Amino acid sequence: MNNTNLYHYILGIADNSLILGQRMGELCGHGPSLETDIACTNISLDLFGQVRSYYKYAAKIANDGRTEDDIAMLRKERDYVNVLLAEQPNTDFAYTMARHFLFDVYHFLFLTELQKSKDLTLAAIATKSLKEVSYHQRFSTDWIKRLGDGTEESHQKMQNAINDLWTYTDELFHQTDADKAMVAEGIGVDVTKLKAAYYEKVNAILEEATLSIPESKYFQKGGKIGIHTEHMGYLLTELQYMQRTYPNMEW
Amino acid sequence: MSTKNWPLWEVFVRSKNGLEHRHFGSLHAADAEMALENARDVYTRRNEGISIWVVESKNITASNPEHNGEMFEPAQDKVYRHPTFYELPDEVKYM
Repeated sequence: MNNTNLYHYILGIADNSLILGQRMGELCGHGPSLETDIACTNISLDLFGQVRSYYKYAAKIANDGRTEDDIAMLRKERDYVNVLLAEQPNTDFAYTMARHFLFDVYHFLFLTELQKSKDLTLAAIATKSLKEVSYHQRFSTDWIKRLGDGTEESHQKMQNAINDLWTYTDELFHQTDADKAMVAEGIGVDVTKLKAAYYEKVNAILEEATLSIPESKYFQKGGKIGIHTEHMGYLLTELQYMQRTYPNMEW
Repeated sequence: MSTKNWPLWEVFVRSKNGLEHRHFGSLHAADAEMALENARDVYTRRNEGISIWVVESKNITASNPEHNGEMFEPAQDKVYRHPTFYELPDEVKYM
């Protein structure tokens, strides 16, 4: 492979959206109401649309005969490099929205910067995705406020979700070796520089939603180097079921 | 857990500039803002629209089907109220 770093860098972006998209897609037919069910499925499809562009590009860079589908569907757990936040389960709708919100704020800041990448393919994907992600952010932010500043029960559920998921936020700003190499070449986004803006925005919205910001300074990490939480294996089992059971099947 | 349903909203979508908003259907939402977002996701995800109106269903006053006789039948035999005796230029669309 000519550019291993670029390949790994693309996977780092794409895997987040793939795994989060799979989580949102799980709500298809199971959403709390018909309207939110469709909304979550739409978001899932937006994310899958984005990852197709990334994986197609990754397949071109890899140039080893694998297709976008092979890269998306046929890696082993340790080869996925999504952040731990993305793989956390849909414990209840508050968790689903909290997870999405905590990712969306990051995603928006990240894509805004990625538009300036020297890699024109990545810049173009970022520009195209940004409109979708703006809406995702608006949708999840609304739900944070509705549930946070809603009834006593909805407030408690949203607070629980934020408390549990907070520990996965810091990893968003960790850098892998591939990340550092790509930043140096003007291709990648320096995520460490997004951290202040991220927490400022997240805190402002949580405050508006009357939610308290967790004080814990202990943060989980590992997803970016392939070390996942116990939820990831189950997620992949479902995601990969068709290709594993009926190799090369198409429809 | 509350089992109370959100109120019902009617959704009107304009499919492109120059056309009027048309009734697309209805949905449930807690308030107007959520109704707009739900309408966006339920009714415009296949590129059906460029503008959405939502109105809470209870704010619509509907005619009573029992009164259809007096309301609508008198108009049935008044063909002269149709402007069918004009020739429309080809350039006029959407008539």
